[in-house]
Amino acid sequence: MAWVWFHRFGSPPHFYRLATALTPWFGWAAALLCTAGLIGGLVLAPADYQQGDGFRIIYVHAPSAWLSLMVYVVMASSAAVGLVWRMNVAHAIAASCASIGASFTAVALVTGMLWGRRMWGTYWEWDPRLTSELLLLFLYLGYIGLRNAIDDTGRADRASAVLAIVGVVNVPIIHYSVTWWNSLHQAPSVMKFGKPTMVPSMLVPLLVMLGGFTALFFALLLIRARGEVLRRERNARWPVDVPGLTAHEA
Amino acid sequence: MSEQRIGFAAAAAALMARDLRLALRRSGDTLQPLGFFLVVTTLFPLALDPELSRLRDIAPAALWVGALLSSLLALDRLFREDAQDGALEQLALCGWPFAGLLLAKTAVHWLLTGLPLVLIAPLAATALGAPYAAMPGILASLFLGTLALSLIGAVGAGLTMSLNRNGSLLALLVLPLAAPVLIFGARATALAIAGEPLAAPLYLLAALSVLGATLAPWALAAAVRIGLE
Repeated sequence: MAWVWFHRFGSPPHFYRLATALTPWFGWAAALLCTAGLIGGLVLAPADYQQGDGFRIIYVHAPSAWLSLMVYVVMASSAAVGLVWRMNVAHAIAASCASIGASFTAVALVTGMLWGRRMWGTYWEWDPRLTSELLLLFLYLGYIGLRNAIDDTGRADRASAVLAIVGVVNVPIIHYSVTWWNSLHQAPSVMKFGKPTMVPSMLVPLLVMLGGFTALFFALLLIRARGEVLRRERNARWPVDVPGLTAHEA
Repeated sequence: MSEQRIGFAAAAAALMARDLRLALRRSGDTLQPLGFFLVVTTLFPLALDPELSRLRDIAPAALWVGALLSSLLALDRLFREDAQDGALEQLALCGWPFAGLLLAKTAVHWLLTGLPLVLIAPLAATALGAPYAAMPGILASLFLGTLALSLIGAVGAGLTMSLNRNGSLLALLVLPLAAPVLIFGARATALAIAGEPLAAPLYLLAALSVLGATLAPWALAAAVRIGLE
C-alpha cells in the first residue's frame, strides 16, 4: 500500500529511530555548508562598493529571515497533518518548531538592527521587512503562549494547530499589508533569483549559507522532536529497548 | 437524527435573538467597551498637546488603536459563559452547521460592540479635530474594520475560552493577526481626514472582512470544539 510509509512515520518508535539516524547527516551538512559559506562570505567575497564590509551580515541575516518563514510553514503543515490524521508525532514536530522558529526570527531581527545601525544610522527603522519579522515573532510567541497555557498535551496540540493554520493564512497578508503600508523604502533587491542583482562571488556564499541554515534547522528540529516524542511516550515500553537511551541509568 | 422542524436560518435567528436579549438585559456590561473606547481616545489629547492641527495627525492612530483595544476587551466574554453553562455544547450537538451558528454569535457580538463603536466614532473623531467632510470615510472604514476585527477576535476567543488566565494571552494571539486591519483602517482614516480618495484601503478592508467571514467560521468551529473537549 502506498500509504504504509506515511503511517509508519506516525509511529513514535519508528520516527525516533529515523530521527536518530538522520540527525548526524543534517548536523554535518550544516557544519560543512556553514563553514564553507562563512569563508566564502566573510573572506572571499569582495566588499560592497557602497556598504563596504557591513553588507556581510547578510550571510547570517538573510538565511535567518528565510528560515523564520520556512519554519512557520513547516510548523503549520505538520500541525495540520497532526490535526487531520490525529498523528501525535506530527504534533511533536510542530511543537519542536516553535522555539526554533522564534529563535531564527529573533536572530533575523537582531542582525537586521545591527545592519540598520550601520546603514541607516539607527537601530530601528520601521522598515517593512523588519516590521513583518517583528509581527512574525509575535505570532510565534502567541503560539508558544497558547501551548504553555493549556495543561493537557492533546488539547494544547489541537488548539495550537488551529492557531498555526490561522497564522499561516495570515502571514502573507501581514507581510504585504506591512509592505504597502510603508513602501517608501527600497524594494527587496537581494534575493531575486532569475535576475540577481548580486555578483556570483557574493551570491554563491549566500546560497550556501541558506543551505547550511536549512540543514541546521532540520538537525535542531530532529533533536528537539526526539526529546518531545520521548516526553510524550514516557509511559511507553519501547524507549527501554532503544540502545543507548537507558544505558546510563542501568 | 429525526427531521428538523425549523431551517438553519430560523435557528440562527433564534440564537441571535437570544444572545441579543441576554446582552440587553445586562446593558452595563455591553456598554463598557464603548466607554473604554471614548476614554482611550480622550487620553491621546491629554498625552499630547491639545492643538487641533496636531491632533488631526494622530486621530487615525487614536481611533484605530482605541477600536482595536475595545474590541479586544469585549472578546473575553464572547464564548466563556456559554461554554461554562453548557449552551455551546448543545449548539455543537444540535445538528445545524456549527460554523454557521458560531458565525451568527459573532455577528451578534459585532452588533453589540462593533456597530455602537462605529456610531459613536464621529463624536471621538470630531474631538480629535477631524473635519465633517471626513465622517463618511471614517464611518465606512470603521464599519468594515470592526467586522474583520470581530471575526479575527472570535477565533482567538474560541481558542482561549476554556483557559482561566487568558487576558494577555488573548491579546498576544489576536493583535498580530489584526495588524493588517489596523494598517488599512488607519490609512483609510488618514486619507479621509486629508480629503483624499480612499477607495483603495477601503477595498482592502472589505476584502479582509470577506476573507474573514469566509474562513474564520471554520477555524472558529474547530477551536470551539477543541475547547469543549
